[in-house]
Amino acid sequence: MSFASQLLQYTLSGITIGSIYALVAIGFNIIYNSTGIINLAQGDFVMLGGMIAVFFHNTLHFPLVASGPIAALIVALIGILFERFAIHPLKNASVITLVIITIAASILFKGGAMFLWGKDAYSLPSFSGDEPIRFLGATILPQTIWIICVLLFIVAALVCFFRYTMVGRAMKACSYNKRAANIVGINVNNMVMLSFGLSALIGGIAGVIITPISLIEYEKGSLLGLKGFGAAVFGGLGNMGGAVAAGILIGLLESYSAGLLSSGYKDAVALIILLLVLFFRPGGIFARKEVQKLKHY
Amino acid sequence: MLNIRSLKTYYESICALKSVSLHIKKGEIVTLIGGNGSGKSTLLNSIAGLAPRTTGTVLFENREILGLSPSIIVRLGISLVPEGRQLFYPMTVMDNLVLGTYSYYSFGNRKEISSRLEWAFELFPVLGDRKRQLAGTLSGGEQQMLSIARALMSKPKLLILDEPSVGLAPKIVENIFRTLIELKERTDLTMFLVEQNAKLALDVCQRGYVIETGQIILSGEKEELMNNREVLRAYLGKE
Ligand SMILES: Nc1ncnc2c1ncn2[C@@H]1O[C@H](COP(=O)(O)OP(=O)(O)OP(=O)(O)O)[C@@H](O)[C@H]1O
Ligand SMILES: [Mg+2]
Repeated sequence: MSFASQLLQYTLSGITIGSIYALVAIGFNIIYNSTGIINLAQGDFVMLGGMIAVFFHNTLHFPLVASGPIAALIVALIGILFERFAIHPLKNASVITLVIITIAASILFKGGAMFLWGKDAYSLPSFSGDEPIRFLGATILPQTIWIICVLLFIVAALVCFFRYTMVGRAMKACSYNKRAANIVGINVNNMVMLSFGLSALIGGIAGVIITPISLIEYEKGSLLGLKGFGAAVFGGLGNMGGAVAAGILIGLLESYSAGLLSSGYKDAVALIILLLVLFFRPGGIFARKEVQKLKHY
Repeated sequence: MLNIRSLKTYYESICALKSVSLHIKKGEIVTLIGGNGSGKSTLLNSIAGLAPRTTGTVLFENREILGLSPSIIVRLGISLVPEGRQLFYPMTVMDNLVLGTYSYYSFGNRKEISSRLEWAFELFPVLGDRKRQLAGTLSGGEQQMLSIARALMSKPKLLILDEPSVGLAPKIVENIFRTLIELKERTDLTMFLVEQNAKLALDVCQRGYVIETGQIILSGEKEELMNNREVLRAYLGKE
């Protein structure tokens, strides 16, 4: 393999894992926008998506096309229940209290998964086989293409949702001004619940599509959540486009550092970026002053 | 149409409204005047379901609405033009107006909504010229117009306005009030207008109330209030 094709190979695997980080970061943003909460159980939604899909496919022998969507929907439901029973009852709690509750939820999700499925790692078959596709001297797994397409699809769907549907507009409106949202008759509570459902759904989908190329186990969510959070902060909390770009960038940097330096540094990349951004540009790399100001008018 | 009896509103332990009673009949413009911190906004927020803790009764079309959520109150036909405009600043004028229709929006009544949008742009032509502009980039007067137009999008039977004139140049205030009067003549909309600018408010209203430290201290027809010594002295600046 020439150096160029090796580099291409790293790029492809960086984009693949970066897409997952991007999805996790989008999940962080949706909840952050509607509540100001950093949901530290976001990574566990990914783990649950993978685990539940594995359960339906490997244990109950459902076909893969059914297991994936079922798993994602169940995770969405878990997200909604989580909001109803753990976040909603604490109406007047401070944001920091609620963030701590999400940590508790994360521990609970991990514990539950370990209780149900043990500490073993599981896998799913790839959606359309494992025959690598040759591409300019590098190889692409079909699952990679799936992952990238799912990311693109979700981003497009979210853009349409927030721009063209009333519910999407209302969710956005809540994130800009809760009082005004109340005044026009939006039920802010429902929008918060919906944001948890939507974030969990996206997390669940990420879990389903990543499991065929990367084993899933009960603790998998922690690191994914952390890196996704890094991407969300890097892209500017609440900024969807920023989340996608930052997620992929972190994936790429990680992949290059693993390939060109040593795979031992891989996991440190996202953390170092997170710390640097928090030090030097707490608004994220894409923060635009005017927009930021407008948002808090 | 609206009948308030011994309404009390508390913030934590502070009692901001101490037993307020008033009524508004269909088709009237009623005004409420009072100084800073007298409880005007508190009263309006209590009607709109936005106040934290309230007791008493608020009947709207003979139905108790105290304790209902703001989203239900909007559906029943009360729309608030809040103090400080409270727009969705990073969204376009169009989006702000469309969000005003949230309470009855559905795919089926798109026609009705677009004709209501047309109507709003006819009422406030400036907004029509700035459909695609972000609300945060509008001038103060335009923002106030947008706030009123957004409130009208919900098809209210009762429009309550919290100091629409505040911070605006006299010419713009005149423009906005002319529009409100025109609106009243065309649609027979009932309005409850809160103002610090008593002259302006008494000019357009039929009846009024005066509030001081959370209590209604005076009420009467327009002429009665205009000639009341207390009102003349405290709010119209005449001896
Ligand atoms: N959210 C709040 N928490 C605690 N106290 C409040 C709150 N809002 C208003 N108050 C108090 O209630 C009283 C009435 O305030 P309110 O805003 O209703 O007055 P206002 O007549 O609308 O005044 P202005 O003309 O300045 O708008 C004031 O003493 C104010 O300090
Ligand atoms: Mg006020």
